[in-house]
Amino acid sequence: MSKIVYNFISAMSFPEQGVDLAAPNRSAAGGRLGLIFDVMRFSLHDGPGIRTTVFLKGCPLRCWWCHNPESQRRAPELLQFTDRCTLCGDCVAACPYGALHIENGALVSDPSLCRTSGECVQACAVEARRMAGRWVSVEEILAELARDQIFFDESGGGVTLSGGEPLMQPAFAERLLAELHARRIHTVLDTCGFASPQLLRRVSPNVDLFHYDLKLMDSAKHEFYTGVKNSLILSNLELLAELGSAVIVRMPIVPGINDAGEDVAAASAFLRDLRLTNVDLLPYHRIGGDKYSRLHREYRLPDLAPPSAEHMESIAARLRADGFTVRVGGIS
Amino acid sequence: MNDRVARLREATIETKPWLSIERASLLTDFYRQDKTVSIPIQRARAFAHLMERKAIYIGPDELIVGERGPAPKGSPTFPELCCHSEEDLEVLDSREKISYCVDEEACRIQREEVIPYWKGRSMRDLIFDQMTPEWKDAYQAGLFTEFMEQRAPGHTVLGDIIYRKGLLDLKREIREALDRLDFFADPEVCSKRDELIAMDIAAGAVIRFAERHAERAEELAATETRPERRRELEKIASVCRHVPARAPRDFWEALQAYWFTHLGVVTELNTWDSFNPGRFDQHLYPFYVQGMQDGTLTRDFAKELLECLWVKFNNQPAPPKVGVTAAESGTYTDFANINNGGLKPDGADGVNDVTYLILDVIDEMHLLQPSSNLQLSKRNPDAFLHRGLEIVRQGWGQPSIFNADMVVEELLRQGKSIEDARCGGTSGCVEVGAFGKEAYILTGYFNLPKVLEITLHNGADPRTGKKIGLETGDLRTFSTYDELFAAFRRQLHHFVDIKIRGNNVIERLYARYMPAPFLSLLIDDCIAKGRDYNDGGPRYNSTYIMGVAPASCADSLSALKYHVFDRRDLPMAEILDSVAADFAGHEKTRLVLSNRTPKFGNDDDYADAITVSVYNAFFDEINGRPNTKGGLYRVNYLSTTCHVYFGSVTGAMPDGRRAWQPLADGISPAQGADRYGPAAVIRSAGKIDQARTGGTLLNQKFTPKLLETDGGLNKVAQLVRSYFRMDGHHIQFNVVTAATLRAAQAEPEKYRDLIVRVAGYSDYFCDLTRALQDEIIARTEHESFAPAMSEPARV
Repeated sequence: MSKIVYNFISAMSFPEQGVDLAAPNRSAAGGRLGLIFDVMRFSLHDGPGIRTTVFLKGCPLRCWWCHNPESQRRAPELLQFTDRCTLCGDCVAACPYGALHIENGALVSDPSLCRTSGECVQACAVEARRMAGRWVSVEEILAELARDQIFFDESGGGVTLSGGEPLMQPAFAERLLAELHARRIHTVLDTCGFASPQLLRRVSPNVDLFHYDLKLMDSAKHEFYTGVKNSLILSNLELLAELGSAVIVRMPIVPGINDAGEDVAAASAFLRDLRLTNVDLLPYHRIGGDKYSRLHREYRLPDLAPPSAEHMESIAARLRADGFTVRVGGIS
Repeated sequence: MNDRVARLREATIETKPWLSIERASLLTDFYRQDKTVSIPIQRARAFAHLMERKAIYIGPDELIVGERGPAPKGSPTFPELCCHSEEDLEVLDSREKISYCVDEEACRIQREEVIPYWKGRSMRDLIFDQMTPEWKDAYQAGLFTEFMEQRAPGHTVLGDIIYRKGLLDLKREIREALDRLDFFADPEVCSKRDELIAMDIAAGAVIRFAERHAERAEELAATETRPERRRELEKIASVCRHVPARAPRDFWEALQAYWFTHLGVVTELNTWDSFNPGRFDQHLYPFYVQGMQDGTLTRDFAKELLECLWVKFNNQPAPPKVGVTAAESGTYTDFANINNGGLKPDGADGVNDVTYLILDVIDEMHLLQPSSNLQLSKRNPDAFLHRGLEIVRQGWGQPSIFNADMVVEELLRQGKSIEDARCGGTSGCVEVGAFGKEAYILTGYFNLPKVLEITLHNGADPRTGKKIGLETGDLRTFSTYDELFAAFRRQLHHFVDIKIRGNNVIERLYARYMPAPFLSLLIDDCIAKGRDYNDGGPRYNSTYIMGVAPASCADSLSALKYHVFDRRDLPMAEILDSVAADFAGHEKTRLVLSNRTPKFGNDDDYADAITVSVYNAFFDEINGRPNTKGGLYRVNYLSTTCHVYFGSVTGAMPDGRRAWQPLADGISPAQGADRYGPAAVIRSAGKIDQARTGGTLLNQKFTPKLLETDGGLNKVAQLVRSYFRMDGHHIQFNVVTAATLRAAQAEPEKYRDLIVRVAGYSDYFCDLTRALQDEIIARTEHESFAPAMSEPARV
């Protein structure tokens, strides 16, 4: 796991110049295609009104608590739901590359042969296999999103780009945000902030609201738990504050990692300096834990309990006392 | 609620429904001796006989008085419609669900007096006697049900007439209509004369019924020792002396006038859906304002009076049904569905102070009856919707929410005037009507998937092997989907013809043998026309057939089109073999059909286009055909509990549904077919041209989490508004967890008060059959999604 993270990070400088590691040829043409792993409609926690959230695949961070591990890699991946698999062998027969076989009562996949081409997903009648990641053009995704126009109009909602890190696919994200803005659809950008400042500056006029993650103020701890230092993230948040963008700072609260008094105090001081007043506290949850096994990856916080409601409320109270407008869970 | 209301509420919840033989016995006495030749006049005299002799009940604490039976929860029977056999009574007494206590004396009277007189004379006997063998085959196969085999045509709602006029005013109008009769040129003059005389007798009967309550209240007052209660009884007596003979003068009298009118209608005949005050908030508003202004009424007292009336509704279980009719709507609930909000006759916002007062009453009372709904117009304030959703949030299924603007549009399409449309609303489950002016008769549920099943078997019903349909061809020989759909269309035409032919005969039987002169008094323009409610007297006369499980039918068509004709990954023979075997030995085929088929409810244009084609076929087949009363046939889509019954007679289908399992309810997606949440369901439902229906029903189930915050509530409100912008007709929410429902199954005694939305109505969960309970649990639960990847539904 850590080796993969290391390789991944070392392969990139800034996301904008990053190479598309596994994009098919058709993605090469100037970001006309984006890799998304889900479109969630009637999503309630991703901004004002009724929203449709587009999850872009690929993230420069590897947070230990990530509940969307399938969002991290910048390539389509297969998820396997072992509990549903009947070992019928249809996928084995369907795979053109011989990447699958059944061994000792278990379905085994050989990553060196798998090209994530998806024949096995089509073949699986019990839906024990699922492809995370599909390539779409801006026009294709706009057509999908247009289906929800009435919900947006009626609710003051719109589209949220989330991920992964949307800005890992700079050209696609930039064009999509511009097209949405031109159609008067409200946009929210969920970002970890680890992106080029130039890109951030360019997209900001087309982003109605940033959801900006602030995970840890201590740079060493940040690097330990997310794989990157936080200096770029902090300076980018300063940039947005300077640009006057609408920002809600989102702080995941992960017990024992970033929920101590000094963590909260440091974040509070930093945000007050930037005159950013809206904070959402997102309690750590374990919903994503299962997904790691579906990806044959190790989950590094298997025993961590979610923070209690009282603990969340005490952090919220602390921040409110500092003058912040705080929501727990991100929905009022 | 105050102590009085709390006691009344407790009593109505605790009292078990029981069968009262009083009405049957009185009616049989009358008919044995009466020699009247004219049927309407005889019916009116029978009604007067009942109203003069039935027991008068005034309970302690009551402010609004009158019962359908001799005491609360006593349900009369209607042997002229359906004469229960002795075995029926045993079943009613002993069946696990929807049982009625039947005592030995009732059994004896039924055996010795009622059955000997009515056997062979009841409408049920007449109907089954006159139906063709084809009709009987289709009925027994479960292609359709027949509403009128145990209950009378009803499906109407009162307008504002009783608040403007007393029955004495109506008697004067009857006299004037009699004076206008043309004995020189009108060939129908004698039947009009008889009908008007009958209406006059019926009006007198209900005036007398009210007087008897006044007399009883005076007797009670004379011996009452507590001064406060004595004053109440004296007031009750004065109210009953005034209404419904004369128009009400205040809020209390308005409520009591309605209640006597209600009891008159539901004692005269066992009308479907009971009866209903309709736009109650608008009718009561002038009385409320006047009382508040002159200081005779407070908001609290108005609420108390309404709550006393609510108890009265809940005291009346639906009269017992047996057989198929019990299966299609197995419930005590009688669908008196009160409309709140909507539009005024001039098109302005209809929400007023009484609207909110009634919503408070609904919230406090938590009773099955009367059921209630929001008529939500784009003109109504969000506060109104928000208040309704606060009640929905508590998870007992009420109120349901209707698109008032769509209701108007649907009525206008059918040719109603704009004012009549705006004064209309919905009743029963979701059915539109011009209140006070229309008979909109529901005649039976129609099993759309069964038509397809018979098409798959070339005209045979695989359950019995009997050939009951047309030979539309062996599917294995079809080379295109169009051929298949054409075969389905021909089969549909065949069964709709059988149903409508039967309907027309039954319509004539009721017109001739079972007039309803009291109901006719109340509905425009029966007096002016001199015609009965059951014979085209109302201004508008619509006949409905209700399409059931269009989604199950469409999903099966989609499976065949997708796998056999488009992708060609499953041969027709394999699908037919697999459904014939109920998928035994064909598990993989079932999984492919279940999981790898485009289905309705996912905003998938492929499946939704097929669904729309099923709606269009049903509409084209039925809409606009003439009925026998000068009106036209219409379609609507609700299933009550019939999707469970129809499922129990329908074998495995190409959508992957196993044999005998429930079908999709209303216009909702089939259970578990929708996988992308409520926005996708609503988008799919929005593709149906609902203006061409007389009502559709969409169920959504949410877990409480979604609605617990105001933010969540707002988003549901926005979801409702969005659906209505797409011209959706109706949406309703069940807000309970599957875990709670399972717990209630395991320990029903702990969950006796758990009310859930079933179809167009709510019911006690523990009163539902196990199959229906399971079906409700299986309905897709739309979780409040965490921002995480959605997962395919479990198989």
